Amino acid sequence: MAHSITDETIEYVGILAQLELSPEEKKQARQDMGRMLDYIDQLKELDTEGVEPLSHVLSVENVMREDVVTNGDMREALLANAPEEKDGMFTAPRTFG
Amino acid sequence: MKLTDMTAVELGTAIRERHVTAMEAVEAVFAVIQEREAQLHCFVTLDREGALRRAQEVQKQIEAGKLNGPLAGVPAGIKDNLCTRGMRTTCASRILENFVPSYTAQSVARLEQAGAVLIGKTNMDEFAMGSTTETSAWGPTKNPRNPAHVPGGSSGGSAAAVAAGECFMALGSDTGGSVRQPASFCGVVGMKPTYGTVSRYGLIAYGSSLDQVGPLCRDVRDCAALLEVIASHDPKDSTTVLRRDTDFTAALQDDVEGMRIGIPRDYFAEGLAADVRERVLAAAQVLRERGAVVEEFDLSLVEYAVPAYYTIAAAEASSNLERFDGIKYGYRARDCQDLHQMYKKTRSEGFGEEVKRRIMLGSFVLSSGYYDAYYLKALRVKALIRQAFDAAFADYDVILGPVAPTTAPLLGESLQDPLKMYLGDIYTIAVNLAGLPAISLPCGTDRHGLPVGLQLIGNRFEEKKLLRSAFAYEKAAGGFRNCREVD
Amino acid sequence: MGKQYETVIGLEVHVELATRTKIFCGCSTAFGGAPNTHTCPVCMGMPGSLPVLNRKVLEYAVLVGLASNCEITRYCKFDRKNYFYPDNPQNYQISQLYLPVCQNGYVEIETEDGSKRVGIHEIHMEEDAGKLIHDTWEDCTLIDYNRSGVPLIEIVSEPDMRNAQEVIAYLEKLRLLISYLGASDCKLQEGSMRADVNLSVREAGTQKLGTRTEMKNLNSFKAITRAIEGEQQRQIDLLEAGEPIVQETRRWDDANDCSYAMRFKEDAQDYRYFPDPDLPPVRISEEWLERMRAALPEFRREKMERFRREYGLPDYDLQIITQSAHLADLFEETTALCKEPKKVSNWLMGEMLRLLREREKDPADIIISPAHLAALILMKDKGEINGAAAKEVFEAMFDEDVDPHSYVEEKGMKVEADTDALREVLGQVVAAHPKSVADYRNGKEKAIGFLVGQTMKVMKGKADPGAVKEMLRELLQKES
Repeated sequence: MAHSITDETIEYVGILAQLELSPEEKKQARQDMGRMLDYIDQLKELDTEGVEPLSHVLSVENVMREDVVTNGDMREALLANAPEEKDGMFTAPRTFG
Repeated sequence: MKLTDMTAVELGTAIRERHVTAMEAVEAVFAVIQEREAQLHCFVTLDREGALRRAQEVQKQIEAGKLNGPLAGVPAGIKDNLCTRGMRTTCASRILENFVPSYTAQSVARLEQAGAVLIGKTNMDEFAMGSTTETSAWGPTKNPRNPAHVPGGSSGGSAAAVAAGECFMALGSDTGGSVRQPASFCGVVGMKPTYGTVSRYGLIAYGSSLDQVGPLCRDVRDCAALLEVIASHDPKDSTTVLRRDTDFTAALQDDVEGMRIGIPRDYFAEGLAADVRERVLAAAQVLRERGAVVEEFDLSLVEYAVPAYYTIAAAEASSNLERFDGIKYGYRARDCQDLHQMYKKTRSEGFGEEVKRRIMLGSFVLSSGYYDAYYLKALRVKALIRQAFDAAFADYDVILGPVAPTTAPLLGESLQDPLKMYLGDIYTIAVNLAGLPAISLPCGTDRHGLPVGLQLIGNRFEEKKLLRSAFAYEKAAGGFRNCREVD
Repeated sequence: MGKQYETVIGLEVHVELATRTKIFCGCSTAFGGAPNTHTCPVCMGMPGSLPVLNRKVLEYAVLVGLASNCEITRYCKFDRKNYFYPDNPQNYQISQLYLPVCQNGYVEIETEDGSKRVGIHEIHMEEDAGKLIHDTWEDCTLIDYNRSGVPLIEIVSEPDMRNAQEVIAYLEKLRLLISYLGASDCKLQEGSMRADVNLSVREAGTQKLGTRTEMKNLNSFKAITRAIEGEQQRQIDLLEAGEPIVQETRRWDDANDCSYAMRFKEDAQDYRYFPDPDLPPVRISEEWLERMRAALPEFRREKMERFRREYGLPDYDLQIITQSAHLADLFEETTALCKEPKKVSNWLMGEMLRLLREREKDPADIIISPAHLAALILMKDKGEINGAAAKEVFEAMFDEDVDPHSYVEEKGMKVEADTDALREVLGQVVAAHPKSVADYRNGKEKAIGFLVGQTMKVMKGKADPGAVKEMLRELLQKES
């Protein structure tokens, strides 16, 4: 079954992924995604009834640390890469109102 | 012997025995870089001054007897997705153009503790997404064996730098073959350890459940020595495993007598280049002659690994790359009044085409209404693939096959058709899905003189068997110099 | 006559856990640091950083689950909730969707119609977000990640509540359980307990749930009550007018006593949850769970029973003293030192509650140490200070936990017991108020009170009024 990806789908996924595509890019994205999904669809040939989805390949479990403060103030180093900074804080365009 | 023709372990020995200094080793690689880097473009960032300073420090410590490991004083390249404190780390992406981490990846820190000298950061596919190093925002790397061809990817810069003599060893990362395939294309040895063997702390994530850091080296001995250094149970990476068998160099025995080696028939089906098939089967014959029991078998599910992988990797990548938003670090688009406009412009301008393609796909397969049909389905197939390998390892110590269906393609050939490029990962990808260790080592060249890679796959935590078989093959084939000089 | 409506309410309660460090890194959770000084690569979402679970978070979450009769999920995982917002440095929140740590519990609340069960759908662990500050000067947002990664549990109730009183009773119950566990101080005002209210209305007698709205930003019981009453009326009005109710998130505006819809143009509300590959699953063994059960503290009901038995306190006292674990502990430890349970209880019920109300504080904020309270009670018993002075000392203890002995010493508040100075003052007072003296002698008992008051005034309170009264009687007897 061939997937035909609509403009709306590309628009929607663009919102989820916070990507803005040009009209040409959108056209390309529709094609690429359609082809990939067609390709991925071959997984449907496999009967996976009763197979547990495997999210973690190793049987590592219960990895925890103790509740002990190990970090000091490293603000300066962490802010060093900020595109913009004010009063020891990161900045973003307004989110209020 | 020319200094840059040495292996890392040979150089380390020469330094310890005072035949060479760490500074001379740095000068030697920078002489090669001077000569070849303009053409090959293996590195994104080089730090000659820093490397020389560091070499002096290391030399002093060696002379004071404080450093005596096999890799002390050896110049190394680091893939640009491993964070290095104070050294720009870009993932070959515009979005991290000026990112200078305040911390060092655990694997790199281990390498530094062992006395290695970092000379720079190697080029790669942007965020490790690609198989040719052509998706780098800083331009492609070229294959030292023939600069008209790609070096493979995504760790193409690391593989090419080692092959060209621009460093003695390098670290890469392997999510679906990104260490093994460029190693194969450039004629060096590359290894992907069992998931959880090397800490991912400081490795900028692509597909977190699949990513492993691995060595790219001149021969199997170097590979074992480097892996021994970087393997660690790291409290900062919850997915690392406490292993007591990481003395990998102890496994370097020229002995495969009675070792059971399986060749999956499905790896030699349609799509495999004739020259590659021939070389790989010849390598199997070499091992058989050394006493290994080599048999063909049906692995099954091979064709499903690629679609399952791209679903899972894209899904994880879409989430892992959300943090690149122009607020805390990296590129930020100018003149945006509105938050979402800033996000969108920053990310659209900061990420390259292939990265955006995978983010879009990943966001889609996780989105409401598709999660079960795509993402969970892929995780179920992943479970089946692991089962298929578990069954195979009940019968065999090692699985043998090609690394890639072809030798290195020409520059510009692969990006035209992404799906075709993805299919080139068919023999490497299942290894990541199943968390297995695998090694890629040179086994001759094709009719154009391009290297062919042999892949050996081991069961989880059985790197030693893998290294033993690889070492025995390398010995029989005449060692790395022989392989390199076939053309 | 109009239709009858029933309101259906479910709560999502976020509780900040009282751990020393954040949920996935070793940064301090302490309040009050300068912006971004309690951060590291992990809680700031730097590239390549990885989370490691704080053991204490799991313990607290399981304890809360056990205390609220939940089933503990033996194999639980963390999932990523993906959404772009600057308070969230990774643009995904690590939370639990598919396998939350606790499920299917309940708590009992007291209502006008007797006790009632409120079901708990699930409890999950997650990380808190950073703080956004609007910079009016530059008209931009500033971000402080100190709170980013502070551990939270989210307690999701079933839609079992019908009015604001039940909601408050439910929240009080949770607060009680959780503070008894020491898992959080549960302060609504300070945000360590936050409640989102899901509310719908339906015609009385029908089963089908109406369209619900979610109300956020409720940071006092008063706000919650007002918001619930306002929202149910708003929905009823819409239904009456034949207009549809929109499923939406509304923000409560406490200052204007109304709510308004929060609209995000760019928010698709599609969180693309998937298991976090960086965090291995947690498997809970029977042995570990047994240890957690054994670690459960004595809860209110058992504590009341025991206090009744051991200290003979009346019901009224028990109700008040056990309303907070901290208060109950203070009672018990102080009583152990001074052996005067009823007197300790009186102080807690009287002055303590008065000051808590006056200072708008919570029992969890009490800093008075048992040793100081016991000392104060004994000093008063021995008549070393009078009642008024004791109250003053208590207030100082409430604010700064002063040592009552040194405080009394410093302020010179000690009672002048039967000294020449007091006798002299008594003489003066008697001489100065012949009318009152005469009244007393004529049988007007009340008059002596006036004389005591006058004496205390001259003594500037440094006398025990009881003793002064006795001495006055004696004096007036003699002189008659």
